[in-house]
Amino acid sequence: MADGIVTLTSSTFDETVNSSSTPILVDFWAEWCGPCKMIAPILAEIAGEKSGNLTVAKLNVDDHGDIAGRFNVMSIPTMLLFKDGEVVKQMVGAMPKARLLEEISEFLPA
Amino acid sequence: MSEARNTIIIGSGPAGLTAAIYTARASLAPLVIEGEPSSTSDQPGGQLMLTTEVENFPGWPEGIQGPELMMKFREQATRFGAEFITEKVTKVDFSQRPFTVWVRDKAYKTDSVIVATGAQSLMLDLPRETDLIGHGVSTCATCDGFFFRGQEIAVVGGGDSAIEEATFLTKFASKVHLIVRRDALRASRIMQQRAFDNEKIEIVWNSQVTALHGDSSLSGVTLTSTDGSTRELPVTGLFIAIGHKPNTGIFSGVLNMEDSGYLMTRAGSTYTDVEGVFACGDVQDHTYRQAITAAGSGCMAAIDCERWLESQH
Repeated sequence: MADGIVTLTSSTFDETVNSSSTPILVDFWAEWCGPCKMIAPILAEIAGEKSGNLTVAKLNVDDHGDIAGRFNVMSIPTMLLFKDGEVVKQMVGAMPKARLLEEISEFLPA
Repeated sequence: MSEARNTIIIGSGPAGLTAAIYTARASLAPLVIEGEPSSTSDQPGGQLMLTTEVENFPGWPEGIQGPELMMKFREQATRFGAEFITEKVTKVDFSQRPFTVWVRDKAYKTDSVIVATGAQSLMLDLPRETDLIGHGVSTCATCDGFFFRGQEIAVVGGGDSAIEEATFLTKFASKVHLIVRRDALRASRIMQQRAFDNEKIEIVWNSQVTALHGDSSLSGVTLTSTDGSTRELPVTGLFIAIGHKPNTGIFSGVLNMEDSGYLMTRAGSTYTDVEGVFACGDVQDHTYRQAITAAGSGCMAAIDCERWLESQH
């Protein structure tokens, strides 16, 4: 785990997402994706600021395409917010930090 | 009201960042309003953020990844003191000096402006296109290519970008149909040869995409060829690489521009029709549009700007 971000794999995905006590934001990314790299520092910041209320995780679609396929992730970066094991929000494409926080704020404690 | 800056640079692709390096070294303490993260090519770093290997930028004989190259440009600008705001400029007022540049309701005053807002992908403007973006239709091969593993897809375009995208996509797709409007590619020779040599790329000449099909995601396209005949191509992905349009919406009515939106600059310089406002990079270049020419014009803008500021004292 680096920057407070959890690295997920095909084998750890379900367990981590289902047993998370907080909402968990999963970032689907890949090494060759420019916009994914652009939001990486934003996600690290959010992981730090919302620590305790939100878990931030990432999944490399190159290595774990089966999970990406399961959630119909067609474009990256895609961020899925899970609460109690269910997808409650989907965001496609890079975006500024303020907008990302706006999108997920209703699922976090005030 | 805060004090006016010496110069504000709008945009942070190769042009904006080179202008930042030079104006910073000229002790002008430039403020770069670099844009917001997005996947549509008007984000910080510009168009190269959406590419992979850049092989034709001088200085990197082995090639360099687009985002990595832009990071180096930015580090260099930061090293000499350029300041960055990661936001998008929403409005400008060049009618009086000092000029005003807005980021939503925050106003910045400045004695000079360097416009380096670049360009974004042209779309086909077909029905359903907007709905299908992110669901089979894309302008970013590096963002979406992975999804099409083992599938048949199409790339529209005949320039270097189109071939680069098509070649990248053969890493995933089973087959890439390259839809070319005429009977020739306008790409560089070396890229043309790569397309011809790649077994997974099939070039469809003299054709255009005239319709998109599919409900929740793309299932196929209609191709119309120059002789009027049509055929259906069952592809689940369509990557549009037909060129770019300049990001000049906010300068409409403010700066002289051509019908196509490209800013007009005085020949051989970066002077626009407003004294103190300079333009560089793809926003004012529809001829060359290379990272290196953009960087070159960014340097010119910085020098024009510095000399002009001097002349005002």
